[in-house]
Amino acid sequence: MSRPNKREVGALSDALARFLIGGIVVSAFAIFGGLFKPVSFAGLFGAAPSVALATLALAISKQGKAFAATECRSMMAGAAGLCLYSILVSQILSRFRLSALMGTLSALPLWFLTAFGLWRIFLR
Amino acid sequence: MTIKADTSGLKQTKWHEYALRFIAGGATTLIAGQIAKKWGPGIGGLFLAFPAIFPASATLIEKHERQRKQKKGLHGEERGTDAAAIDAVGTAMGSVGLIGFAGVCWLLVPRYAAPLALGGAAFAWLVVSFTIWAIRQWRRRFTLSR
Repeated sequence: MSRPNKREVGALSDALARFLIGGIVVSAFAIFGGLFKPVSFAGLFGAAPSVALATLALAISKQGKAFAATECRSMMAGAAGLCLYSILVSQILSRFRLSALMGTLSALPLWFLTAFGLWRIFLR
Repeated sequence: MTIKADTSGLKQTKWHEYALRFIAGGATTLIAGQIAKKWGPGIGGLFLAFPAIFPASATLIEKHERQRKQKKGLHGEERGTDAAAIDAVGTAMGSVGLIGFAGVCWLLVPRYAAPLALGGAAFAWLVVSFTIWAIRQWRRRFTLSR
């Protein structure tokens, strides 16, 4: 068996760093959000920029500011998708009384439609 | 309604539920990075606001609320679903803040050092999200008092 070369080791350590940093930041926001009452306020943390902070910090250091800025611009479309998705989930749960897992998974196509639609129309 | 810090939710959370969030968060960050590498930052950026952790969080909120009611001898199914629905409303308000985060980040990242740009954008998220939440609370109180 051949030994992995420097490039493969670099890619693996980069992936591991992304996984660990992402996991830590997302967990920290989730724990922080779980501290608060009422539920609607705690829910704000469901849209905390946890994945974005971890990813953008790494993108700025590895790929440069222009790359990260382009990601931020597209993220606006993704966040608009998240807004409509969350409203749909709330409506599905309160009107159709589905389980949270079923409600959140069944609304996912709306996120893809909104995010990619806005990106294609305004940002491409 | 005033904001209160309550640690009972943390005590209710089991270690495997923390692990689930850690793995979901780590995997999302990893996948978002891989998508940006393969298809470019335009597509990769969309996934910085992908609701990957939301299904797991909503399921935990539903479960915890149901268990809390069942401890009091109530059924708890309805309240669990209601709590998850209210949490989703909060997430919708937070995602308007996330649009603000992305916009501020887009403006600041090319001009300033990373900690300042990301810190400023995170502050913008907090201000926008909290303001929308406070306006909604004020409107609800105003409507109920009429």
